[in-house]
Amino acid sequence: MSPNLLISGGHILDPSQGIDKVADLLITKGKIAWLGDKGAAPSQSDLTTIDATGLVVCPGFVDLHCHLREPGFEDKETIATGTKAAAKGGFTTVCCMPNTNPPLDTQASIDYVKKTAEIKGAVQVLPIGCVTKGRQGKELTEMSELANAGVVGFSDDGDPVASSRIMSLAMDYSQALGLPIINHCEDKELSDGGSMNDGWVSARLGLKGIPKAAEEIIVARDLALAHLTGAKLHVAHVSTNSSVEIIRRAKEKGIAVTAEVTPHHLTLTEERIMGSQSEKHNQLTYDTNAKVNPPLRTEEDIAALIKGLKDGTIDAIATDHAPHTSVDKMCEFGLAAFGISGLETALACLMSLVHGGRLDLKTLISKLTFEPATIIGTRYGELGTLKPGCRADVTLFNPNKEWIVDSRDFASKGKNTPFDGCQFKGRVIATIVSGKVVYRDKPE
Amino acid sequence: MKAIEPNSSIATPETFPPPSVAVWQHSHVLDLDDFTQEEIELVLETADAMAEVLTREVKRVPTLRGKTVVTMFYEPSTRTRASFELAAKNLSADTVSLDASKSSIVKGESLIDSLRTIQALGADIIVMRHSQSGAPYLATQHVTCSLINAGDGWHAHPSQALLDLYTIRRHLGTLANLKVTIIGDIMHSRVARSNVWGMTTMGARVILCAPPTLLPRGLDSFIANCQLPNVSIETEIEPALKNADVVMPLRLQMERQQSGLLPSLREYIQLYQLTLERLSLAKPHVLVMHPGPINEGIEISPEVAHGAQSVIEEQVTNGVAIRMALLYLIAGGKNK
Repeated sequence: MSPNLLISGGHILDPSQGIDKVADLLITKGKIAWLGDKGAAPSQSDLTTIDATGLVVCPGFVDLHCHLREPGFEDKETIATGTKAAAKGGFTTVCCMPNTNPPLDTQASIDYVKKTAEIKGAVQVLPIGCVTKGRQGKELTEMSELANAGVVGFSDDGDPVASSRIMSLAMDYSQALGLPIINHCEDKELSDGGSMNDGWVSARLGLKGIPKAAEEIIVARDLALAHLTGAKLHVAHVSTNSSVEIIRRAKEKGIAVTAEVTPHHLTLTEERIMGSQSEKHNQLTYDTNAKVNPPLRTEEDIAALIKGLKDGTIDAIATDHAPHTSVDKMCEFGLAAFGISGLETALACLMSLVHGGRLDLKTLISKLTFEPATIIGTRYGELGTLKPGCRADVTLFNPNKEWIVDSRDFASKGKNTPFDGCQFKGRVIATIVSGKVVYRDKPE
Repeated sequence: MKAIEPNSSIATPETFPPPSVAVWQHSHVLDLDDFTQEEIELVLETADAMAEVLTREVKRVPTLRGKTVVTMFYEPSTRTRASFELAAKNLSADTVSLDASKSSIVKGESLIDSLRTIQALGADIIVMRHSQSGAPYLATQHVTCSLINAGDGWHAHPSQALLDLYTIRRHLGTLANLKVTIIGDIMHSRVARSNVWGMTTMGARVILCAPPTLLPRGLDSFIANCQLPNVSIETEIEPALKNADVVMPLRLQMERQQSGLLPSLREYIQLYQLTLERLSLAKPHVLVMHPGPINEGIEISPEVAHGAQSVIEEQVTNGVAIRMALLYLIAGGKNK
């Protein structure tokens, strides 16, 4: 049994309850027990106090989209290492994508992930099940059985359902289960063979581009199908300004759509592939650590994504943590794997938007906690909140602590980050899952 | 390994005037985007000296004796590879030629491992051709020997662009203010991309002419963002050819039509083939160039390819001099 915890004197930020003040937070028996003025907590035996002066204390982050790679790709990541990385990044719940081997398309594979996570996981793992058997886009999975096994949504992730008919059937079927279809929106025929955004940098580098329309076409299609079926649709990693616009209009029409954006799409552009931004005029690097799908876009898109976060078009920030081995990445750009190992840099990189005046802290925390938790629903209890009686999932971070990213320090097996060497301001200090401290930053 | 020639017939370093390498800063030649006008001039002047060597009865100087030049070709090539190997031999370097289709690459060895192995075997200069854009940029992050890009994907082919510049300069004296029209598959052309940098650095204007499906999207913003005001895009051949000093049709690969980028070869020929009639729109002294290999009757009519304005064969000869110059400068630069 974890001890009772008093988190004292921190800046409590809980968008779920509209709390934004310096206060104390008491955790007993793994649950939030009390929140109130400093020094006023009811007295407890066996109490450990954490001094949170100068720190932000908020609900544990909820990541709707990550890749834990297990089973099948344990050289890239395991549930143990991936959840350790999550804890380091301040995430207390992560939803893992089903593009494993075998894919998460049966109750047995869902059970495997959940059991492994219970034994080896540092944070809560909620699996996402496949939409179609083997992620082949042909036949629906036994979605009801997967729902009973505990999935929080359905997705074929990197191999999005190409057939509009199958997608509409999936939406019809999932509607009765009350779970969202999560789609990685990409018209594979249009993006075929592309490895970065289709634009001036791809023209410059002689690389095949992925047009923005490859995403927007499927976003529009899926919204039409969500309108038709009344199903819940969650759009994964929105990356273009027009996608934001299409989703905004759909929400205005009352379509049941939610959307997420990644930290890297909010902070990096296609130009990063030529080399780190400070050394723009040095030799080109064709940096495979900036190769990600959907690809990094343009400053115009970043502005639209931030606007979408602020006006509620985009509900959540999700990492799309996609760890890879050095073999997958230390190769020719066109042959390298897509993906960024993002759990451990998410907060710091997002804080650069806060420090740069582009996003306010309250909105940021809301998009990392309460809003993604709302998309998951309450079958795993109320997440993303510090309401008394709820699971004590809490993240403490220092918004001003400066640090330099060194991928060698990552808990994740995936060292593939475009942020290596970046100086950031904002660092997770402690992560608490069900009242237990699962990560604590090393003191200086 | 190396046949030593009788000394009497080899030009000595004293009779072979090496140009000044003071302005030369490159340990690799990856593209022309990082070359100054002065550096390109140096390559062209060095190539003049090399061309003189090529007119000798014994086309060999001992400049790179004891150096090992390795050609690694991950893509089929006839002329570029032969050109580099002859260039290296003319400078008395030892040459090793690796055919990627027969080496450990097909056994799954990564590019980095292959390069490290070649370096460990004692390569001083690696000449690499690769089907993936950017492959030589990856390579130079992992080896310490010099690397010359002999073509990477759709991205760059600097030695071809340099031999084009050299050929033009030999005929027209200067590149300044010339109108150079490149016609055809711009999207997939490393020759076009390297020539954009090389030609504009030397003061020429470049017209890129192609059907819209063979132009990369974002080409106009590439031109704007890289501040290349002397580059323009044209989808019709007639205005592109008007008053041109140099015309360079590019090879049209048959798979472009098969993959749907062109409705038919017939329509491409009708709209874009360089014919004598169309060529008459250009200046009387116009040079017809082609990076090869030629699809006669597709992008260029046989009469033009073998006509009075054609310098296509001479490009091949000049290619050897240019590659000798690059090898010479790279090796000299490294000794500094």
